[in-house]
Amino acid sequence: MSLTRRDFVKLCTGTVAGFGVSQMFNPSIVQALEKFVPHVFWIQGQGCTGCSVSLLNSVHPSIAKVLLDVITLDFHPTIMGSEGEMAWGHMTDVAKEQKGKYIMIFEGSVPVAENGHYCILGEKDHKEYTMLETTIEMAKNAALVVNVGTCAAYGGIPAAEGNVTEATSVTKVLADNGIKTPVVNIPGCPPHPDWMVGTLVVAINAIEENGLEGGLGEVVKLLDDEGRPTPFFGENIHDNCPYLDKFDEDAYSKVFTDKDNCRYELGCKGPSANADCFKRKWNGGVNWCVENAVCLGCVEPGFPDEMSPFYEAG
Amino acid sequence: MSKSKAPAKDGKLKIAIDPVSRIEGHLKAEVTVKDGKVVDAWLSGGMYRGFENILVGRDPRDAAQLTQRLCGVCPTAHSTASCLALDDACDVKLTTNGRVTRNLIFGANYLQSHILHFYHLAALDFVRGPGKAPFVPRFDHPDLRLDEKTNAVAVDQYIKALEVRRVCHEMVALFGGKMPHISGQVVGGTTEIPTKEKLAEYASRFKEVRKFIAETYLPTVYLIGSVYKDLFSIGGGYKNCMSYGVFPMDDEGENVLLKSGVYIEGKDSKFDPALIKEYVKYSWFKDSCSDLHPSEGKTIPDIHKEGAYSFVKASRYNKKPVEVGPLARMWIHNPELSDIGKKQLKDLYGIKAVKFRDLGEDMAFSLMGRHVARAEEALIVADAINDTWLKDVKPGEDTFVESKIPATGEGIGFTEAPRGSLLHYVNIKDSKVANYQLMPATLWNTNPRDDMGQRGPVEEALIGCPVPDTGSPVDISRIIRSFDP
Ligand code: SF4
Ligand code: SF4
Repeated sequence: MSLTRRDFVKLCTGTVAGFGVSQMFNPSIVQALEKFVPHVFWIQGQGCTGCSVSLLNSVHPSIAKVLLDVITLDFHPTIMGSEGEMAWGHMTDVAKEQKGKYIMIFEGSVPVAENGHYCILGEKDHKEYTMLETTIEMAKNAALVVNVGTCAAYGGIPAAEGNVTEATSVTKVLADNGIKTPVVNIPGCPPHPDWMVGTLVVAINAIEENGLEGGLGEVVKLLDDEGRPTPFFGENIHDNCPYLDKFDEDAYSKVFTDKDNCRYELGCKGPSANADCFKRKWNGGVNWCVENAVCLGCVEPGFPDEMSPFYEAG
Repeated sequence: MSKSKAPAKDGKLKIAIDPVSRIEGHLKAEVTVKDGKVVDAWLSGGMYRGFENILVGRDPRDAAQLTQRLCGVCPTAHSTASCLALDDACDVKLTTNGRVTRNLIFGANYLQSHILHFYHLAALDFVRGPGKAPFVPRFDHPDLRLDEKTNAVAVDQYIKALEVRRVCHEMVALFGGKMPHISGQVVGGTTEIPTKEKLAEYASRFKEVRKFIAETYLPTVYLIGSVYKDLFSIGGGYKNCMSYGVFPMDDEGENVLLKSGVYIEGKDSKFDPALIKEYVKYSWFKDSCSDLHPSEGKTIPDIHKEGAYSFVKASRYNKKPVEVGPLARMWIHNPELSDIGKKQLKDLYGIKAVKFRDLGEDMAFSLMGRHVARAEEALIVADAINDTWLKDVKPGEDTFVESKIPATGEGIGFTEAPRGSLLHYVNIKDSKVANYQLMPATLWNTNPRDDMGQRGPVEEALIGCPVPDTGSPVDISRIIRSFDP
């Protein structure tokens, strides 16, 4: 069994007890999981590896289980055993073999200035491959593209004002190049591990149940206007914040260490952020940005420019 | 098989490894091999994001959030350096609790970073992983020497270490808000006044982590080192090193846990910030960015520059390439070795050593020496958490002082990221960032040649690296990874 029912329910409900399982996550479908283990390639453009590091924090299921049972991760620069041409060749060989069936994961944005030369990923037969070229090639023949992190989904910090590399999102690169592969965005700087693993598990389940095309159709139905799965990104942080009452009473914290009041005046961007951080919390449920300081709105397409200055009321 | 070989010339062969995997970022190594040994090396950083340019014109306080996103493995290091630069620019003095909670946050991330590095980035250099992607394929001749039983134990540790490093992140998050990328460190201190309950949660998690470091990680490093003893004699490089010092132990900033200093050509000296400069002759930046102190630093890309081969600038101290990181810190601080270290050195290596420098320059400055230094350092940081910071922290006492961003001003923040010396410099005009310069640790180590033609520290460390089989150049990547780039 690749994933226990208990793991799955935990994943979907977050760490705070009392929140029901979303209807889209009927645990009865989980049994099917053991059959379909998709090939996955994960490449990194202009990012910080934070999405990968966050993925390692997955608890239910553990990351070891994800790597050993749930997917076959054929390429990941930070953890794979191989390197150089051997790694690059393995990716292109398996991609050829698995054409139309593999899942392509992108972390980081794509610089398009200078023909993509601000980000070189690898080399084969004395030819260098840029993130731009590789994104197009690998996305074309994928069953599903998953953009992890705000950089891949919307451009993020590398695409912020003042950038000289013309960094942009994977989503835009695909659209500009007429690539029709379905795209799921899992933004966040970085995304919560549950959002990444949860989305993969849902996609794998849906494909299991309904075949490739039908399954992908089910996944796409889950997405909001920004391409994010609504089970994780469908609720507004501010509307669900434990400090909402204080906001309504105009009771605002004046210093970070005042934990009794709403953080709006300290710059909290909860009102313009849609994610379930308020109930899921981070790092095994020990804390989250608003309880600690302020929300930066890191899951939104306008991050960081529209959220900055971070410490001024919006 | 690495097929990227140029035709043999004068018995010389060029090999490229791109990507070098299991590091943070994009790195390519190219070496020339002659008679089974590396005779020249070029390291190329393949990505440029341009944080310096993005920061210009922003609210200076945003820098601590934005610069964390330079590195998902050690965001707390950038947060720390950036906050130190901003504290300096705003002229604030932290409360004792502010200083200590910063240490608790940063210290926990040190532990996660060192554990992640050894187990999840470096260990596959010595351990055969499960026979499934992403652990295979591997080079045809990976030189894996552990017997089956030891190897199986090591694989279990790899899995266990995934959990332990996750627990370290929970420790960071208790006061830092979340990991990766914390919300809890700002100019003037930290945002969470520690409660007794939160401190108890931190301490109970810490206990498990300390146990793993002392009883598993540290002895395993010595054990693996004893099976690969020859790796204590390669990868030495210049044997020059530098540390800014890290973890303030008093409010005046006079004492630090790991002291600062410079060691060049066998001589110790005091660290002098004025002697830092960056050079760009071989980097894809305009020549006008060369030979500058970071306070005058410029970062203007020039991607078509003739002869350049990296997005990394060549950082130099007094015009010399210096290694930074755990080995540099252990060499400069020269602490007493752990009991387990002393015992294993005696039992497995036949070496009598009390302090770190007793290992000798040749053994310490090596591929394996770096792994030993990192593991010894992990225990020192863990013990400081336990013996000092958890005792000094006062539940309920303030961790934050208010400050104002000045209309004009500048600030500089020196710290040591887990992987090495880190500097942030900010210049403020009209209360906005006018110039921001970053000198991360990885760049000190993995830089290209400078204007004087000297190789970067990792390039130099590759010279002499044995390559008996050009199809499986294992030691090249092992040397590179020992620096935790
Ligand atoms: S703390 Fe932030 S999210 Fe919560 S109520 Fe206030 S503004 Fe809204
Ligand atoms: S609380 Fe806000 S800043 Fe924090 S992770 Fe959630 S969306 Fe991002």
